[in-house]
Amino acid sequence: MTAPTGAAISIAGCGKTYPDGTRALSPVDLEVKAGETLVLLGPSGCGKTTLLRLIAGLETPDAGGRIAFDGADVTALPIEKRNVGMVFQSYALFPNMSVIDNVAYGLRVRGVATAARRAQAASVLTMMRIEALAERRIDQLSGGQRQRVALARALAVRPRVLLLDEPLTALDAALREHLRSEIDALLRRLAITAVYVTHDQAEALALGDRIVVMKNGAIAQVGTPREVYFRPADDYVAGFVGITNRLEGIVRNGRFETAAGILPVAAPDRAKAHLLFRPEAVRLVSPAEATLVFQVAQVEFQGPRQRVTLNAGDGARIIAEAPADLDLAAGAAIGLALDANRYTLA
Amino acid sequence: MHSADRLARLFLLPLFLFVAAFFLLPMVRLVGVAGSGPNGMAEYVAILTNPRHFATLVATLALSAAVTAATLAIGTVVALFLARNRFWGRPLLVSCLTLPLAFPGVVVGFMVILLAGRQGLLSSLSMGLGMGRWVFAYSMAGLFAGYVYFSLPRVLVTLMAAVEKLDPALEEAARSLGAGRFEVLRDVTLPGIAPALMASGAIAFATAMGAFGTAFTLATRIDVLAMTIYTEFTLNANFATAAALSIALGLITWAVLALSRNLAGGGVAAAG
Ligand SMILES: Nc1ncnc2c1ncn2[C@@H]1O[C@H](COP(=O)(O)OP(=O)(O)OP(=O)(O)O)[C@@H](O)[C@H]1O
Ligand SMILES: [Mg+2]
Repeated sequence: MTAPTGAAISIAGCGKTYPDGTRALSPVDLEVKAGETLVLLGPSGCGKTTLLRLIAGLETPDAGGRIAFDGADVTALPIEKRNVGMVFQSYALFPNMSVIDNVAYGLRVRGVATAARRAQAASVLTMMRIEALAERRIDQLSGGQRQRVALARALAVRPRVLLLDEPLTALDAALREHLRSEIDALLRRLAITAVYVTHDQAEALALGDRIVVMKNGAIAQVGTPREVYFRPADDYVAGFVGITNRLEGIVRNGRFETAAGILPVAAPDRAKAHLLFRPEAVRLVSPAEATLVFQVAQVEFQGPRQRVTLNAGDGARIIAEAPADLDLAAGAAIGLALDANRYTLA
Repeated sequence: MHSADRLARLFLLPLFLFVAAFFLLPMVRLVGVAGSGPNGMAEYVAILTNPRHFATLVATLALSAAVTAATLAIGTVVALFLARNRFWGRPLLVSCLTLPLAFPGVVVGFMVILLAGRQGLLSSLSMGLGMGRWVFAYSMAGLFAGYVYFSLPRVLVTLMAAVEKLDPALEEAARSLGAGRFEVLRDVTLPGIAPALMASGAIAFATAMGAFGTAFTLATRIDVLAMTIYTEFTLNANFATAAALSIALGLITWAVLALSRNLAGGGVAAAG
């Protein structure tokens, strides 16, 4: 891996209240390491774009908030002075300029001579493998091509920070996946600091070095994709990232007690607790070997594996993934084993 | 032939009749009248070689160009300001700005006199300040003020709609790339509203070329084409000259608009 070319971002106590009184973001603290890809994940309206615009310099934080790039305070700097690259969901390509003029625009306002900036822009186009489109008009491009041009334009000025706001949302599923892996490879190769906004958990898990899960203008959890996926901080995070099973119960004498049985846990006694885990985090075993026992309600064969719906005694249902060759029949009893690092007790 | 086609042709008939009645016949007649004077069809050459008519033509063109430029400049600034700022009383201000839409030229001329005439507001103000009497209502300057006032609401309505339709992300993208206010205006905002500038500029120009009411109210001594046509027609009963001038007015306005449309189209392509 090359040395990071991007700046470290430090966000301290940044909240945002819009002029109309909307509290879009409660004061948040967040550190983005140099060269890291940080994904802001959350449902619509949770403040992802607002946080991104604060980092960009398109909005100013409420009093008390502070943003620094590599330790230097940029809170008062407008976006044009911050040297950030930005990719918008709508691409926001200039319709009155050709592809190469779009990409060269940042260099043009920096006063780079025509020949030099066209050469530089052409090399970025080559990197994005769209050099053949250089002279096209924007309205002659497909959605995926526009996305590449938008990315090329943002990268051409060698920004310290790349900010992307749902860059793939407007594309169809197949193209989205393709571009996602392309962007992933690019961000890793350039070792640029990137903040990537999305509401698509698959995108977040695939792209992020770390993920910030947001809820109602606040941060619910910050962690690596694995941490967020396997050890969600709470119900909300668990529910937002993938399918989550939930069992109600109590904790007594180092054991989680629920309708399906018990599970030894390392936690203090609690009168009300719930266990959260993923369908693929469990192993289905014979009832005799397990402390948690369920009844098979439904089996769905999916080829490489099967998805099993299980009934707990109290009417709760959970979903488990099982190897395709495991013999399961509706109505039969089945045991469930769960490793200590594959669940969250909340 | 399909019956649907025949039906479609049937519907073309009213259109044809309309065009014939209100466009072709009067135009042909006008061309005919212009050629019916002592000079014959040479009347068209006569109006160009007549120094007074030629000067009038140039003055009218210059006035209209100035009115168009001033209206577009003011309209753009105001439209951008109104689109970007939300403040108390804004809806009221917007509706006040579009109030003069219904005023005929006579009323506009009257208002210019009230403002800059001999007994006007400016006159009393400048007298009060001991700076002499400011009167410009009865000249080209008065006409200029009147036409700008007349065209501004029309231009403003079009430009405001265009500015509202601009994608704010475009300007933000330009800024993220390092563009300052001026560069954003030059490279993003103005190109974005160029079609609206063209359309509303064309209307302002054509209005200023042909407007008569304001000029007539201000003074009969102002030499603009519409006034000259009126004078030749009613006072001198010089039908041929009036008709030739009318045709010239129409053709020149049309040509200028066509030319600027082409230039703007080329300009957009060249910028691309
Ligand atoms: N300019 C604004 N003025 C007032 N309120 C705003 C403004 N922009 C956003 N908001 C509000 O702030 C909240 C957060 O908005 P934001 O755009 O940051 O959400 P988001 O997470 O990006 O959502 P989405 O996924 O839909 O883009 C929302 O309730 C939104 O309505
Ligand atoms: Mg958003």
